[in-house]
Amino acid sequence: MKFALFTGCVAKGATRELMLSTMKSAEGLGIEFVEMKSAACCGAGVVSEKNPLLADALNARTFAIAEEQNLDLVTICSTCQGILKKTECHVDSDPAYKEKVNSVLQEGGHQYAGGKIKIQHFANVLGTEEGLKLLREKVKRPLTGLKTAAFYGCYVLRPSELSLYENPDDPTGMEEIFEILGATPVYYDSRTKCCGFPIIMMNKDASHDMAGNALIDAVDSGADCVVTGCPLCHLSLDAYQPEIEKMNKKGCSVPILHLPQLVALALGYSPQELGMDTHVVATTGLDKILAQ
Amino acid sequence: MATFRIKRYNPEKQPESYYEEFQLDIKPGMTLLDCMNEIKWTLDGSFTYRMSCRSAICGSCAVKANGHSLLACQRQGAHLVKDDETIVLEPLGNMKPIKDLAVDFKPFWDKVDKVSPYLQPDKKAPKEERKQSPEQFRLIDDSSTCIMCGACYSDCNVLEVDDNFLGPAALAKAQRFVQDSRDGKTLERVKYLSKPGGIWDCTHCGECVERCPKPAQPFHRIKEIMTVALDQGVTNNNGARHALSFAKLVKSSGSLNENIIPVETVGFFNIKGLFDLLPVGLRMLFKGKNPPILHKSIDDVEDVKRIYMELDE
Repeated sequence: MKFALFTGCVAKGATRELMLSTMKSAEGLGIEFVEMKSAACCGAGVVSEKNPLLADALNARTFAIAEEQNLDLVTICSTCQGILKKTECHVDSDPAYKEKVNSVLQEGGHQYAGGKIKIQHFANVLGTEEGLKLLREKVKRPLTGLKTAAFYGCYVLRPSELSLYENPDDPTGMEEIFEILGATPVYYDSRTKCCGFPIIMMNKDASHDMAGNALIDAVDSGADCVVTGCPLCHLSLDAYQPEIEKMNKKGCSVPILHLPQLVALALGYSPQELGMDTHVVATTGLDKILAQ
Repeated sequence: MATFRIKRYNPEKQPESYYEEFQLDIKPGMTLLDCMNEIKWTLDGSFTYRMSCRSAICGSCAVKANGHSLLACQRQGAHLVKDDETIVLEPLGNMKPIKDLAVDFKPFWDKVDKVSPYLQPDKKAPKEERKQSPEQFRLIDDSSTCIMCGACYSDCNVLEVDDNFLGPAALAKAQRFVQDSRDGKTLERVKYLSKPGGIWDCTHCGECVERCPKPAQPFHRIKEIMTVALDQGVTNNNGARHALSFAKLVKSSGSLNENIIPVETVGFFNIKGLFDLLPVGLRMLFKGKNPPILHKSIDDVEDVKRIYMELDE
């Protein structure tokens, strides 16, 4: 399997351990990623607040680059995935708009044809028949006994017509991966909710409350760790967990992992190799569970 | 035979809500509302909910089915039966139940009222009607389809934690007037909507778009108000500064500089705001999680800058 990797900005910035663990997972699974070094930021749904055409043009340029590489595009961030799918929908559903977008791209030497490449989150790739088969073959250290709660990242689920999960209101894609890795999935209501990150600079209390409710729900459901496919959710749930804990009377302390970290752990990599020591919430408790 | 697990509540009899189960044979073609009527008419006459038109026009019969809001008259009962042969019915969220599935809509209507949901033209009325071109109408076409059912309000992730948020329905209604070519209060409207509790408190989670039974799709309307607010120069707030900083940073390097955006969002002279950033900043620095000080541009960033220039940004 070979893909164009759209890293997104946060995996190269505040969550570099996501990039690290993605590459380790790919190495362990024998997946080849070609990093899209000239692709611009997806805009995170924020650039489009300023200028929707600008955001779509930048993303169509990204698609055109993947088309030129003749590779399907893989994201490692739920936000990037959701935003790119929105642009794909805007452009593909309106030929006149596509022409307008392509006229903006023309001078740069890119043209988006459409219908040539798939845009998928890494979790979706692992969830394909081929991905699941690879995982089954390559697991070296089953994560037996690890009660693992998925936190999907809302942008990959809604709007449902753009989601790659079969039932976005009650998805099972991440949990199926957990089971193959030997972990025990924990199902809880908040796993499809918003982590609050998009308003962390505008309404901090509400943002932390949203994250706190999700953490409490996961802990109350018996989770040893929460695993997310979105680095922004990771920042909200991990980097801000001390503030969230202060706000809540109820305990909600729980380690937060990136999905590729969980995968790579099962492939035999050590927590240090996956940058887990850089998390704000210590993940050392997981070692004890896995050693039992 | 399906089992309807219904959340019941009657404060005159007992203060706590409870679940009660009813068995019903869902005949082909029965909507969820038909099923609810059948339960009320044949099994328990005290079962309480709102309904009227049965045609997805009046917006009365919104309830939660299997954890998510919907219009009961718009969905086939059989499609909602889960693998365990049950349908769970609950009142809409983010509003207080009055009895069974009927909730108190007062906060919802109060918020709609707050956005001044009526035209405020600044010119004298012409002799004939105020005309709109099809293009002008298209801007408000989707939001004018809202039937005020409360499905979006019920499942809004922000309202679950913050009563002060105007919410998706009121904001979608606001867009219907912000972008109405006949309205004369656009600037005043976007100034009001840019305050705390307004457009910038939306998390973009898409829950309202998913639950909306009409093309109103509140989140998309909220984004449209944001663009108008920025165009009108209403930028003295964190949400607007965040959007402007984000777009500017992507222009300069092709990717987001996470060291700069928090500072530009709170504002360089906002001492308290900057001070609030310190704990998480230091925590991340201590863990080696801080974004690189020297921010690297993407390859061929010149093409990104060219696209910005071409679009006058």
